[in-house]
Amino acid sequence: MTFDPRTDVHDGLAKPAPLFPRQSQQDRTLGLVVAVLCFLACLCAMAALASDRAASGWRRELGASATVQVRPKAGQTASEAAARAAEALAGARGVQEARALDRQAAEKLLEPWLGAGNIPEDLPLPRLVVVDLDRRRPADVATLNQALAAAGVDAEVDDHGRWIADVRRTGDITRGAALGALVLFAVAAGAMIAFATRATLQTRRDVVEVLHLAGAEDRFVAGLVQRRFALLAGEAGAVGAALAAAVAALMTLAGGADGLTPVLPLAWTDLLAVVPCPVLAAVVAAIAVRRTAMSILLRAD
Amino acid sequence: MTEPAFTGGPLVSFQGVGMRYGRAPEVLRDIDLTLPQGSFHFLTGPSGAGKSSLLKLIYLAHEPSRGLIRLFDQDAATLARSALPALRRRMGVVFQEYRLLDHLTVFDNAALPLRIAGRSFDDYRQDVLELLAWVGLGHKISALPATLSGGEKQRLAVARAVVAKPDLLLVDEPTGNLDQEMGRRILRLLKELNRMGATVLVATHDVNLVAEGQAPVLALNEGRLAAPRPASAAAATAAATAGGPAAEAGPE
Repeated sequence: MTFDPRTDVHDGLAKPAPLFPRQSQQDRTLGLVVAVLCFLACLCAMAALASDRAASGWRRELGASATVQVRPKAGQTASEAAARAAEALAGARGVQEARALDRQAAEKLLEPWLGAGNIPEDLPLPRLVVVDLDRRRPADVATLNQALAAAGVDAEVDDHGRWIADVRRTGDITRGAALGALVLFAVAAGAMIAFATRATLQTRRDVVEVLHLAGAEDRFVAGLVQRRFALLAGEAGAVGAALAAAVAALMTLAGGADGLTPVLPLAWTDLLAVVPCPVLAAVVAAIAVRRTAMSILLRAD
Repeated sequence: MTEPAFTGGPLVSFQGVGMRYGRAPEVLRDIDLTLPQGSFHFLTGPSGAGKSSLLKLIYLAHEPSRGLIRLFDQDAATLARSALPALRRRMGVVFQEYRLLDHLTVFDNAALPLRIAGRSFDDYRQDVLELLAWVGLGHKISALPATLSGGEKQRLAVARAVVAKPDLLLVDEPTGNLDQEMGRRILRLLKELNRMGATVLVATHDVNLVAEGQAPVLALNEGRLAAPRPASAAAATAAATAGGPAAEAGPE
């Protein structure tokens, strides 16, 4: 029998086939689960970014102003006291502008609680001075108190510190919750992939045995499964990420400049958060497969 | 991939080796065996004599219940698990039940040891094609094992075992499903590899193959190994029984 490589080289011999066969049903199910987990993880990451942006904005706004409640002295009207306080504060270092709210503005502030037109004319209202601080070098409470004392005004300064702390704490909790959710998604994906690895190595024990008998090392066999599932997770991750980006884009388009709601002001740049998802999915899969496969293979012989 | 050092002693040596499956009685008892480097032996015996079990011990798929096994000058009992792959890569095994991977084509099955050895596709492609042509499977390189006849599977199993030119070739019933012409062809291939330096052990109960092989015979009977018979005596025995019930190599 003679062999002529020029005529006997067959078509369809472009590259070697994977040594571990794809199992279409299992792969489809696994791909779907990983895609859903990645979709949720991406939405979670984008929601965390948006809420962080909202919290930063609120903190910035609150930190850039202070509210002063003025108590008129004997023989002084509330308006006079407020005007005096505003004048004193306007000249303080670190203050951009100070303006006294008139009675109408004070009534408007109470409307949510008392209703419009329900405030008697003779009801004494606290008079407020709104102070806009220099954003670069804002005045602190002591400076404002000093300016008020120097002008002989009896008043209480609120620098919104309590609100800022609450907003910061809320932001921290949101970030922590998002991070925790991402870790849980990764653990869930890893557990699914580990389960699939175990199933693959058990159902294709024949392949493992032949590979071992032909001299394959455990890490070679593990590498075959690892490549297969990492690729599958990467592809599924890309699908999940693309869907999440599409949903976020729709929300951004629907909500205008504020995103879907002012509480979650999604920006177009937030969509970039989905980019690492396929890579992370592949890495999680690779780690899960390597650990599972090596532990099974070491017990195989 | 580092190969263990080999100092030139027997490639395989058994001393007082026994083997059992689970808690069953021993299927091999008091086996003393030496396969010098470059030797060619037949391992004969009736079905159930323990031929495949003895091969399993050599290719490290089973542990002995007692005795000493040395492979490539190393004590098999003290081999670390991590050392097994390197030893196995120096062996080629034709399994009685072929053990082909059903999802791989003929070409990919034959190329398996080369892939495991780390050779690139472009590097081994031509070698594999030529070998498959030699064993008569050149026209079926893209076929899956399920579509092959018994003889074709057997030839593919032989091709896979020899493709990496192993130092030790263990062949379990290589001609059971082949016609006489293809059986001779496979024997010539094994002989050629032996001439190139491979140590070959062929387990068979095909007396025609033994007669044509002109090689010493190790006879197993009820788990015990008789003293080796020289090639001439083996051929004479085979000739005497040729045509009788021992000539079991059926057509493909």
